[in-house]
Amino acid sequence: MSTTIAPPAARHGIPPGLRAARRTATAATGESAIARWILIGIALAYLFLFLGLPLFVVFEEALKKGVGAYFTALRDAELLHALRLTLLVAGIAVPLNVVFGISAAWAITKGKVRGHALLVALADLPLAVSPVIAGLTFMLLFGMQGWFGPWLRAHDIQIAFTVTAVVLATIFVTLPFVARELIPLMEEQGVTEEEAAVTLGASGWQMFRRVTLPNIRWGLLYGVVLCNARAMGEFGAVSVVSGRIRGQTTTLPLHIEILYNEYDFTAAFAASSLLAMLAVVTLAAKHLLERSHHAARARLIQEQQEKQP
Amino acid sequence: MSVALERVSKRFGEFVALDEVTFGVDEGELVALVGPSGSGKSTLLRVVAGLERQDAGAVRIHGEDAAPLGPGDRRIGFVFQHYALFRHMTVFENVAFGLRVRPRRERPSGSEITSAVKDLLQLVELDALSARYPSELSGGQQQRVALARALAVQPRVLLLDEPFGALDARVRKQLRQWLRQLHDEVRVTTILVTHDSEEACEVADRVAVMHEGRIAQIGTAADLLRETANPFLGAFLADSPRPSASAKRIDYH
Ligand SMILES: Nc1ncnc2c1ncn2[C@@H]1O[C@H](COP(=O)(O)OP(=O)(O)OP(=O)(O)O)[C@@H](O)[C@H]1O
Ligand SMILES: [Mg+2]
Repeated sequence: MSTTIAPPAARHGIPPGLRAARRTATAATGESAIARWILIGIALAYLFLFLGLPLFVVFEEALKKGVGAYFTALRDAELLHALRLTLLVAGIAVPLNVVFGISAAWAITKGKVRGHALLVALADLPLAVSPVIAGLTFMLLFGMQGWFGPWLRAHDIQIAFTVTAVVLATIFVTLPFVARELIPLMEEQGVTEEEAAVTLGASGWQMFRRVTLPNIRWGLLYGVVLCNARAMGEFGAVSVVSGRIRGQTTTLPLHIEILYNEYDFTAAFAASSLLAMLAVVTLAAKHLLERSHHAARARLIQEQQEKQP
Repeated sequence: MSVALERVSKRFGEFVALDEVTFGVDEGELVALVGPSGSGKSTLLRVVAGLERQDAGAVRIHGEDAAPLGPGDRRIGFVFQHYALFRHMTVFENVAFGLRVRPRRERPSGSEITSAVKDLLQLVELDALSARYPSELSGGQQQRVALARALAVQPRVLLLDEPFGALDARVRKQLRQWLRQLHDEVRVTTILVTHDSEEACEVADRVAVMHEGRIAQIGTAADLLRETANPFLGAFLADSPRPSASAKRIDYH
């Protein structure tokens, strides 16, 4: 995060106004002006090269044949299906992983569960293995020739090459994001606030709802954003398990690749621009949530200062 | 007897943190619990509060066996060593918490909560700061918020775990006198854990000395100073306030 030098407690405990003040203070006392400008220059160039330029090129390519062609490409039935599927998959995977992430982080940090380390390692697994391998493993389990193949066939259930497989693979790949964000945060916060809540008569749910959740909400929001970005953008694992059935199991990233391989660049980049816009919307939503919170907070502090002589 | 422990034992793995502790506090009494670090003072409080389950023995609160009661049902006010205020709530909301989480039937109305919280904040002399967040308060102020929050649920017993431990000497002294006055006003049965035997003798009706998971001695401050039967106890009481603690405090001035 931004202030790596500050002790962990400072990251979440200090109100944003104070945090900003501290940052300018260190900037003013630290390195010389020239060094600072060079650093800022490097960072900006880097951002432009690796973030700005690609984003620009996407829209540039998409609009090359004119706005009309762009919107025609966007109205394509298969593309719209891919968009809906992507939203559906993210809409299932993200909430499930939020529930899983909170439960796992709770069990690891606050509950006195044995085998913490194993649980942490398991939750990290999807980050460590390549998504393609994850997809292949998945096929080995649920494919018709796989371990559960005979059982699935006997019960007339098909998983491989269906939307179900796409959802399951996405859940697997995005599983660590929320948990990883919350574990260090909850570790650092300890259990005393929860204990205080319990001695004051709060039920388990009240304790979670009124004490734990508000304390982790920003970390949780960040985890959700990461999880969502990955869920909507996942390619490797989904590519393997979906069978890439056009108009059925192709998510946006898969559809983009198909269009690209067919040299349909306008359509490919139009679809890419959709994906990019989804990402921007996610980030904007996060930003707005944080800002409205901070504004409410600042208002409260100001009202209070006005009340005092 | 407001709180009674009968042969209460608590182990953490092999380690015996409480060793058949028998101990009682009368209605409205303020008892201080002193003893060296690791002697089991916090553990004793946590067992009384229900945050920790004893392995053997019984805890009675107003004669009632506390075993079937969870920490929320014991009507206990707990003030933690490091305050444990809810960091995302204002002072007002912190104090109101215990009232807001009551089951709907027993919950006071919004205006009742407001007036109750205002009264409490007046009691701890913090009514001007009710809209602040804990991170915007001094240590002494946070401690008083923690106290008001604990009192809000009208506890039958108040448990204070080194409430002034993290404060500097002057504030500590003020707060301890203030606590004594408060206790004279509110008269709630209180167990106060402290490292500082001077503090214990000044504030408490009786002082209990803990050592290695047992109550080594219990009596009024005068009793204890007179009969230093236990050589360890004599050393502990003579050593007041403890040099390590006072050395640390000097840095603040
Ligand atoms: N959850 C726990 N798991 C294992 N051991 C514990 C636990 N809680 C306390 N102990 C041990 O029990 C002993 C008594 O701890 P306790 O916190 O009651 O001491 P204390 O008298 O409050 O000390 P201090 O004055 O330093 O706060 C210590 O040796 C401590 O290490
Ligand atoms: Mg302790």
